Amino acid sequence: MLSIGLAHYLIVGAILFVLGVFGIFMNRKNVIVILMSVELILLSVNLNLVAFSARLGDLTGQVFAMFILTVAAAEAAIGLAIVVIYFRNRGSIEVEDVSALKG
Amino acid sequence: MSWTLALPEIVLALSGLGILVAGVLPRRDMTFPCTMLVLGAFVLAGVLVLMQGEGTAFGGQYVADGFSAFMKLLALAGAALGLVLALDWNRAEGLSRFEFPVLVLFATLGMLVMISANDLMSLYLGLELLSLPLYVIAAFARDNARSAEAGLKYFVLGALASGLLLYGASLVYGFAGTTNFDRLADALSSPQEVSAGVVVGIVFVIAALAFKVAAVPFHMWTPDVYEGAPTPVTAFFASAPKVAAVALMVRVLAGPFGEIQGQWQQVVVLASLGSMVLGALAAIGQANIKRLMAYSSIGHIGFVLMGLAVGGESGLRGVLVYMAIYLFMNLGAFAVLVAMRREGRAVEGVADLAGLGRTDPAMALAMAVFMFSMAGIPPLAGFFAKLYVLLPAVEQGFWILAVVAVLSSVVSAYYYLRIVKVMYVDAPLPGFAPRPMGVSLVLAGTGAFTLFFFLLPAPLLAAARKAVAALIG
Repeated sequence: MLSIGLAHYLIVGAILFVLGVFGIFMNRKNVIVILMSVELILLSVNLNLVAFSARLGDLTGQVFAMFILTVAAAEAAIGLAIVVIYFRNRGSIEVEDVSALKG
Repeated sequence: MSWTLALPEIVLALSGLGILVAGVLPRRDMTFPCTMLVLGAFVLAGVLVLMQGEGTAFGGQYVADGFSAFMKLLALAGAALGLVLALDWNRAEGLSRFEFPVLVLFATLGMLVMISANDLMSLYLGLELLSLPLYVIAAFARDNARSAEAGLKYFVLGALASGLLLYGASLVYGFAGTTNFDRLADALSSPQEVSAGVVVGIVFVIAALAFKVAAVPFHMWTPDVYEGAPTPVTAFFASAPKVAAVALMVRVLAGPFGEIQGQWQQVVVLASLGSMVLGALAAIGQANIKRLMAYSSIGHIGFVLMGLAVGGESGLRGVLVYMAIYLFMNLGAFAVLVAMRREGRAVEGVADLAGLGRTDPAMALAMAVFMFSMAGIPPLAGFFAKLYVLLPAVEQGFWILAVVAVLSSVVSAYYYLRIVKVMYVDAPLPGFAPRPMGVSLVLAGTGAFTLFFFLLPAPLLAAARKAVAALIG
């Protein structure tokens, strides 16, 4: 009988986190995918916090997770707004086109 | 109830909401009145910071001490000067919107919360309250593709940095059992018993903070964002938020993680070495002056991190003095950049400064003072800034750091002096548009500070020493 303990949650959290980071760096298609990757990172952190909170018997982690959810919503709104003005200027949100500034 | 300790933040938050309403209701353009109201709110908050007591509030989430007061006054001064620079520039560029000062106000509120953070939770909330308005004002020239791209890049990399910070915070919480800095300091007081999970968490947190202060290897967003964002926004980015981020880094590393310095010292040393070298070498070939200033700021952060890596009372005092001097000389140099406007358009090439010594001698003189100061030439303020981080490094035997610092300082003198040469020797271009009142004011203030700091260094040094004593006491 397999019981699910802290380590399992941490491993899932770590996998989600790494997927999110790779999603930001390896993705060559679309800026929206980057926004999704950022959400993935934040949710992996929430998973970690809630698992630790349950393990430690301490509510701080869950309160922290609530704050992260709230801030993530604000962050997504601002990110989408910036993507919209970027699309208006350039007519594309391909990641490879985001290269006017370099040197 | 100790919530009165947080009066500066509460007053700033309430006045931010009030100014937002004041900007929306009337039918005419409210940019100028709103800017003045925000400046008034900054002054009020500054007075409240000076009158603030000491202690912790909100269940240990918030701390007010000498260190927070020192850093908050710096951040408020930097934000106020940045706002003054933005006023005329935004009008000339057709960007006069009252939201700009309000966004700067909320970013400043975030800085104050960060500086007073005494818990990983309030640290994160302050950092986000700072970052979210910064993403918006980076893209404030929303019809300009470069500004939009700067905003996009800053947002993506800033969000990644927040993610790293949170992941680190979750590990620290899980393996140390608390997020409160005081209790963390207790839990980590014996370096032998610190678990690997905490160390991994600390490294994540340091990486995220290095992102915010633009230290190597997390600097790659800086040149692009500095170049693309509107010039006064760049001036703001390079000043007040850096002060707040460095304050946060000092508080976190010297406070809860102070006992396990051995675990993070090498990381900071490497970031410091990399930043100094990259700041010196990468700026040499830059033709765009905003990009050049971006690399210059990376180099300065390397010096600041050197003080932090050395640590101890003298090292941290060096960090504080460096930040204070960097703030004013950098804002002064950016004031010149903001005034670079020819035929109704902002120009930003190094070559566009040609002949400034003849067309506007006063501004050229000020720029020369800032450049000499950044290069670290005595008796200007920048020399003392470098001196106070170099001395502790030598005293504590950090020879590699000290040698690299001096060498990179020599290399960077090349591009600072090149700007002076362009201004005074190259064939003159037509003069810039008359410089606005705000720019002149900022130039006069910061120029006088940079030029005459050596006459009266004692107050700043004493204040910095007091602030450090409050931190590591």
